[in-house]
Amino acid sequence: MSETSTTARAQILNGIRRSLRRGEITGEQRQAVEARLARPPLGPAVARARLAQPEKVALFCQWAETNNATVARVAAPDVAAEVVSFLARNNLPARAAMAPSPLLAGYDWDSQKMLSLRQGRGEANDQVSVTGAFAGIAETGTLVMASGPDHPVTLNLLPDTHIVVIRESDIVSGYEEVWTRLRERYGKNRMPRTVNTITGPSRTGDIEQAMELGAHGPRRMHIVVVRE
Amino acid sequence: MESTARDFNDNVDHALADPNLQDSLAKLKVGFSERRRQAAERLPEFEVLRDRARDIKNHALANLDFYLEEFERKVLALGGHVHWAPTAADARRIIGELCQSMGARTVAKSKSMVAEEIALNEHLEELGIAPIETDLGEYIIQLRREPPSHIIAPAVHLTKDQVADTFLEHHAKLGFTKRLTERNDLVAEARHVLRQKFLDADVGLTGANFLVAETGSSMLVTNEGNADLSNTLPRMHIVLASIEKVIPTLEDAAVLLRVLARSATGQESSAYTTLNTGPKRPGDLDGPEHYHVVILDNGRSAVLGTEMQEILRCIRCGACMNHCPVYGAIGGHAYGWVYPGPLGAVLTPQLIGVEEAGNLPNASTFCGRCESVCPVRIPLPKLMRHWREREFERHLTPTAVRQGLALWSFVARRPALYRRLTGLTNRVLALFGRAEGRYRALPLAGGWTRFRDLPAPPAGGTFHAQWKKRRP
Repeated sequence: MSETSTTARAQILNGIRRSLRRGEITGEQRQAVEARLARPPLGPAVARARLAQPEKVALFCQWAETNNATVARVAAPDVAAEVVSFLARNNLPARAAMAPSPLLAGYDWDSQKMLSLRQGRGEANDQVSVTGAFAGIAETGTLVMASGPDHPVTLNLLPDTHIVVIRESDIVSGYEEVWTRLRERYGKNRMPRTVNTITGPSRTGDIEQAMELGAHGPRRMHIVVVRE
Repeated sequence: MESTARDFNDNVDHALADPNLQDSLAKLKVGFSERRRQAAERLPEFEVLRDRARDIKNHALANLDFYLEEFERKVLALGGHVHWAPTAADARRIIGELCQSMGARTVAKSKSMVAEEIALNEHLEELGIAPIETDLGEYIIQLRREPPSHIIAPAVHLTKDQVADTFLEHHAKLGFTKRLTERNDLVAEARHVLRQKFLDADVGLTGANFLVAETGSSMLVTNEGNADLSNTLPRMHIVLASIEKVIPTLEDAAVLLRVLARSATGQESSAYTTLNTGPKRPGDLDGPEHYHVVILDNGRSAVLGTEMQEILRCIRCGACMNHCPVYGAIGGHAYGWVYPGPLGAVLTPQLIGVEEAGNLPNASTFCGRCESVCPVRIPLPKLMRHWREREFERHLTPTAVRQGLALWSFVARRPALYRRLTGLTNRVLALFGRAEGRYRALPLAGGWTRFRDLPAPPAGGTFHAQWKKRRP
């Protein structure tokens, strides 16, 4: 750190302490805030998502549709066929950029001879992407995407149509369970570069406060929920 | 951004006479505020969540130095950089140097009110770097060279037709020569024009709704996805955030997110809520190689420990302005600086001085709607009253107002005199025309009766007199 930045840092932190009429936090007060960081208290529970797993999945689907996504519920062997059928129903080309994820690779893509898949990151001209999801949030129909070699962020953003394949068991009640899963998977201090939580297609209310879909991200989102 | 808060009264006259603005403002009553009411009703826990949101921000402010240091530690550990900017000039210099270090020609910007506060675009332009606003509302007003009029919908003062004219004027040279009439066509055209600019940008700059100390993440909420393209496509991502944005943990973020979108646009959740933590990781196929967070103070640390501290809880949802009858009548530009509405009436005098912005806290009827909808329960009317007191103490109030207030307080502190004078006034007013129930004109009350009738006092004497008679 350069000398100016060290001074600037001290200036701000000391300014805060002066205003709060205390020095650096020490002793018991420090232990208390450190303990709060280590074991974060939960906020008030949201009752509508405290459900058994089948109802939770149903609530997720309901909110996703309310937020302008479309949803299909299929068994694992039918995932690839559903993707092809969705593309055909919407007059889209049978061509997609797919996340290089082992989980996605497990579905029976070879059964769909007409479908052309390219694995890799999203590119500007991609019309369709297929990705998995780290989790789904039943409370609001929200998808959670954790970035990594198996899930480039550009696939969530650049294509016009985003198809997301999610297993029923990855659908949880609220954010809190997502945080727990992230800490378990990546370690408490090693968040992935990006965690996108996405609720329906991109939209904007910037012209006359009326919501219009398809601002900068995908115009269309299709969620394939895999029955287990 | 240059302030015109000093000219508030003139700004108001212009705003009231602007038919396009009045058309746009009329939509506020049925737009954001009605949707907020419905969203709040759909969630039985909404009020409890507001209490907790207030408590979380209070806790974070009481331990602000600790959480900022913790946040910094986590960012550094994951290969990011943190810069501390005591003033707006410091933040401008730091960001300018970072852009120059990349040889940047363009910067893709996601809407940031803190960037407006430090006048970042003007600075970048002076350095020969083109800032490109990518939020649709910010893009529209950048084309029109206007400041934002609302913190979450910067172009809310414009009608669809005005946007259509602006696009025709600026996009014709790109081959878009047809004047559009539908909102979705306008959105599609902006999407097309901005897509290439995202791909070409050397640096992406975003604000932050929250900085999460536990993980060193910046958290940003948008509907468009423009912030995500800004933080993923360019080689450098710069986050600009003010000190009070830091919160302890992800669990705290969950509480705040639940009240934020509902209070702002009445959505259950915004389309995109993104956590960014450091630069691209080994094996990642996309993402920026460089990740920098600029933490701005700009006078905020001095607000801590004062009677104004509660304004630092603000999470910038815009509900106070959506529900304010004064904002609803005059729009955001009249407030003369970055933050309009009740939030601006409290924050602007703090950040640019009561001498410059002393008029803003007077632009309130104290009806209390702002406080009643604030997701973190900031007592905005009380804070505006503090500013009025300070304005009075510093002799910034106009002489006529000061003398009027002095006279009133002299009388109010002498109950017998007060009763005699009000009784007399009541009888005199009655002579003027109580029969009609209202006055079209009255001496000394022209400022009021020019626009509306003044109600006549009811029969039966003053309030005090009636109270005395009717009290059980």
